[in-house]
Amino acid sequence: MLNNKGRVTRPQESTENLAEPQESYSGHKGLLMNEPLLFEVGGLDKTGVDLPEYVETETLLGGLERKDEIGLPGLSEPEAVRHYVRLSQQNYAIDSGFYPLGSCTMKHNPRLNEKMARLPGFTDIHPLQPQSSVQGALQLMDELSHWLLELTGMDSIALSPKAGAHGELCGMMAIKAALEAANSSRNIVLVPESAHGTNPATAAQLGFKVASIPADADGTVRASAVQTAIEENGAETIAGIMLTNPNTCGLFEREIKAIADAVHDAGGYFYCDGANFNAIMGRVRPGDLGVDAMHFNLHKTFSTPHGGGGPGSGPVVLSERLSAFAPLPFLQKSDDGLTLVEDLDDGESDSPSDAQPFGRLTAFHGQMGMYVRALSYILSHGLDGLAQASGDAVLNANYIRTCLKDLLNQPFGDQACMHEVLFDESSLADSGVTTLDIAKRLIDEGFHPMTIYFPLVCKGAMLIEPTESESQTSIDLFVETLTSLIKEALAGENEEAFHQAPVHTPRRRLDETAAARKPILRYESSSD
Amino acid sequence: MRYLPHTDHTRRAMLDTIGVASIDDLFEQAGAPLQQPPTSLPPHKSEMEVEQHLSALSGLNRAAGDGAFFVGCGAYRHHVPASVDHLIQRSEFLTSYTPYQPEISQGTLQYLFEFQTQVANLLGSEIANASLYDGSTGCGEAVLMAHRITRRKKALLSGNLHPHYAGVVKTLSHMSSFLVDQSEVVPGQAATADLIAKIDDETSCVVVQTPDVFGSLYDLREIADAAQAKGALLIAVVTEVVSLGAIQAPGDMGADIVIAEGQSIGNGLNFGGPYLGLFACRQKYVRQMPGRVCGETIDADGKRGFVLTLSTREQHIRREKATSNICTNSGLCCLAFSIHMTLLGELGLKKLAKLNHSKAVQLSKALSEIEGVEVLNQSFFNEFTVRLNKPAEPIVERLAEKNILAGVPASRLWPDQKPLDNLLMLAATETVSDAHIEELCTGLKEVLDA
Amino acid sequence: MTKTYYSPSHEYVSVEDGVATIGITTYAQSQLGDIVFVELPETGRGFKRGDEAAVVESVKAASEVYTPVTGETTEMNEELAANPGLANDDPEGQGWFFKQTIIQEDELTKLMDRAQYDAFVKENR
Repeated sequence: MLNNKGRVTRPQESTENLAEPQESYSGHKGLLMNEPLLFEVGGLDKTGVDLPEYVETETLLGGLERKDEIGLPGLSEPEAVRHYVRLSQQNYAIDSGFYPLGSCTMKHNPRLNEKMARLPGFTDIHPLQPQSSVQGALQLMDELSHWLLELTGMDSIALSPKAGAHGELCGMMAIKAALEAANSSRNIVLVPESAHGTNPATAAQLGFKVASIPADADGTVRASAVQTAIEENGAETIAGIMLTNPNTCGLFEREIKAIADAVHDAGGYFYCDGANFNAIMGRVRPGDLGVDAMHFNLHKTFSTPHGGGGPGSGPVVLSERLSAFAPLPFLQKSDDGLTLVEDLDDGESDSPSDAQPFGRLTAFHGQMGMYVRALSYILSHGLDGLAQASGDAVLNANYIRTCLKDLLNQPFGDQACMHEVLFDESSLADSGVTTLDIAKRLIDEGFHPMTIYFPLVCKGAMLIEPTESESQTSIDLFVETLTSLIKEALAGENEEAFHQAPVHTPRRRLDETAAARKPILRYESSSD
Repeated sequence: MRYLPHTDHTRRAMLDTIGVASIDDLFEQAGAPLQQPPTSLPPHKSEMEVEQHLSALSGLNRAAGDGAFFVGCGAYRHHVPASVDHLIQRSEFLTSYTPYQPEISQGTLQYLFEFQTQVANLLGSEIANASLYDGSTGCGEAVLMAHRITRRKKALLSGNLHPHYAGVVKTLSHMSSFLVDQSEVVPGQAATADLIAKIDDETSCVVVQTPDVFGSLYDLREIADAAQAKGALLIAVVTEVVSLGAIQAPGDMGADIVIAEGQSIGNGLNFGGPYLGLFACRQKYVRQMPGRVCGETIDADGKRGFVLTLSTREQHIRREKATSNICTNSGLCCLAFSIHMTLLGELGLKKLAKLNHSKAVQLSKALSEIEGVEVLNQSFFNEFTVRLNKPAEPIVERLAEKNILAGVPASRLWPDQKPLDNLLMLAATETVSDAHIEELCTGLKEVLDA
Repeated sequence: MTKTYYSPSHEYVSVEDGVATIGITTYAQSQLGDIVFVELPETGRGFKRGDEAAVVESVKAASEVYTPVTGETTEMNEELAANPGLANDDPEGQGWFFKQTIIQEDELTKLMDRAQYDAFVKENR
């Protein structure tokens, strides 16, 4: 008997050409799910947790019981899982593709780090439980400190800053405390024009006056320019300099030692923004260059992931001149083990007598969860692996520079870069296509764009940082794609496709003007 | 090295394309002075070796889950559903950056928008930002914001504000030449007379924590009225946000700015970090608010979408005129908070709060029956203060030897205030069992009698 | 009869019957992009020439607006505060920022006229 269960199992050939895929009935598109807001799908009568029953006791809430509706809809566990999985699918991530975001160091996030950070001895300990019960945690902090000090050639460390900008604040506070201790009224901080915005913001927050220093034609700061700025303001007014090295244009500050000398000779301090430490770790020690304070971004250099914008961690290393002013708390070794000194007024005689901490930056001891991840990363690499990683990062950036140098202009000329390479949009000037358009077309090609319009020192900046995590195959595809896009733009045939991009994304270009003119910062039900 | 994709072969090929002989040559061309690497640092290790080493360090710590545990004072141990940690580890959340390209970051942006709404509702305020580093740094930022709004320079802190929070405010204020005044410390009481008396025409803001560091709860309306009568703002601080499932929200009681430590929801103790600063305020102050904020808009097709907005307040545009130097938020901790809050919902949060209060009342009853122990609080949520008949710190140490983590001795937070030496702050969350309470009471009796 | 003057920081002053109307120039708004917010001085505030009197913000940029003449604010443009896009659509008309008195007439002579300003913009582009 004929078996009639057979059916066609290959795509039907069609002569019709469906140029534009139709909008779906459901709002979803295949694997791409549209997800309403929690407030549209959740319910005040829903929950995704089963809590144990409580014993009825008297209420001692001082007559302050909350009786109103709070406005917190719940979801059952399956609904919640689906809500957040669908949201996650609308994000680009380093795990899914190339993410060459300049100055952000989007490198691979080893999963061992996540596993280690979740060990109960790290994640389930309280910052105020007896120190005798957390000696392993203190040892971990000490071990991480040792690595960071050895890698930088510095004297002491403040672990507690919660992010890079917090680290800047910490380092500049140590400088301010040192100036106060010397009864100095120095109040001018030199900041190069290419600096990240946090640098002048930090200096201004602490009451310093910012004096801008221009960069030279090669994109780096001349020691002579620093000297001129010192003389113009008067050496006795100079509190210090904030310099990023490698700088935000991806260039090593060649005259960094002479700059340090000039600032030191004037009586000031040298703050180094260590955001780009990934380019030099295991190879160049900032302490040997004359740096007095430098923060790390553990979430960049040591891959303690970025998590969609935090949490970060920004430990600061200090030179001998500034060590005494490190904030509370700090680690101290004794025969009984490690102590975290949380206060100097505690009458303990074993506190170092010269310590003059400038105060406290945060409630507890900083980002322990990030320390574990960073140490896990560092131990996995070892000194050899860290040096190889910075070497590969620099190799990859220079490879991209070489492949694109005939198509895109480098604002400071073609020269060896560090871990990232900077182009501007001048070669596209007559095409009608801008840096923004290139970035948005890259999105349609399946890449995360490079950093755009930063640094501000050139027009239409494109800052490409591949990191050491990318293979040659991956970089080649990016280079070929970008090359094709630029050629297409220069040919001038398809300008509209650039302005309309992206089209293959959950949302198309968003109206930032409308968002800023009439800010809607929270959900309001339309029936209100 | 398992994390590096290049082989010597690909490195060679790429160097040839660039036209240099070695990676070292690239550094030299770039002007970077290569130095002898320090020799005391070891070479790379296998995954197994790293795991063994770090597990050994972890094993030296006494985890909260290893026995009776009553430690609070700004960080609280709550049970976090398994799905929270699973979801925040999804690649697309864990390994993405700040949502600078909104077309491919709608996932992060939408949860931030939902988070901001949850936080504003929970704290009883009109709007909230996308989080700051933690509660204490949020407190410092709130004070600076109040100075900008009022154009005044003096903050008045409640004496019962967590001393570490006060420390952060004092450090920031000293460094920026602002003034700080503080009312007297009154353990176990929501005393406001001294605080209100200290408000004057130069006060920019009054900072009050509720529940305070000793656990007492405040009706903020009286302080809000007094502050506002003098042209000052009321900043309310909440370090235990689960309490807001049971007690009235500070925003609803008249606080102009509410900051909170959000760790309790979705996030572990983590020895102090990463935590989550919740920051909410009145709509009219939005342009003075620090930190990132996400807003709703539409895309080119008219579909609803979300973007980071109002960024002209921030350092990358405003540089030295920014509202704050803050650049990052606590992204993944926000997400954990938001998922846990979604799982709880209003029903779950209210029940969780009841459960916590009930545990704490049981604990206070049990402790008050012990000779040499006096419960000071008239009101509290899940944490309160007792006065022992001898200094608390050695007692806590001895109990730790018995594997009981009894709480925070006041001397840990006020090392130079002798009158507080006998005080002990204890917290009881839903994770505390009846057996733990019994163990603590038995242990405490033994140690006090010894 | 209205006479308009221009400053090197791209503000204009239109003077009519001794009252100055101040705003940002067409060129300035084109450089800022879509304007989303303006902060205007309250009435009765006194300014010296060159003082920071207002703030104008687009999505990606923010600028201070300096008053080119010494005087006291008499009126701010409420309509602009509610609808900042006016500074893009009609900067030297409905998109004015504020009005103030003029205390030192001779300050006007230090400013540029239209032709001078156009040349200035061309030169600095």
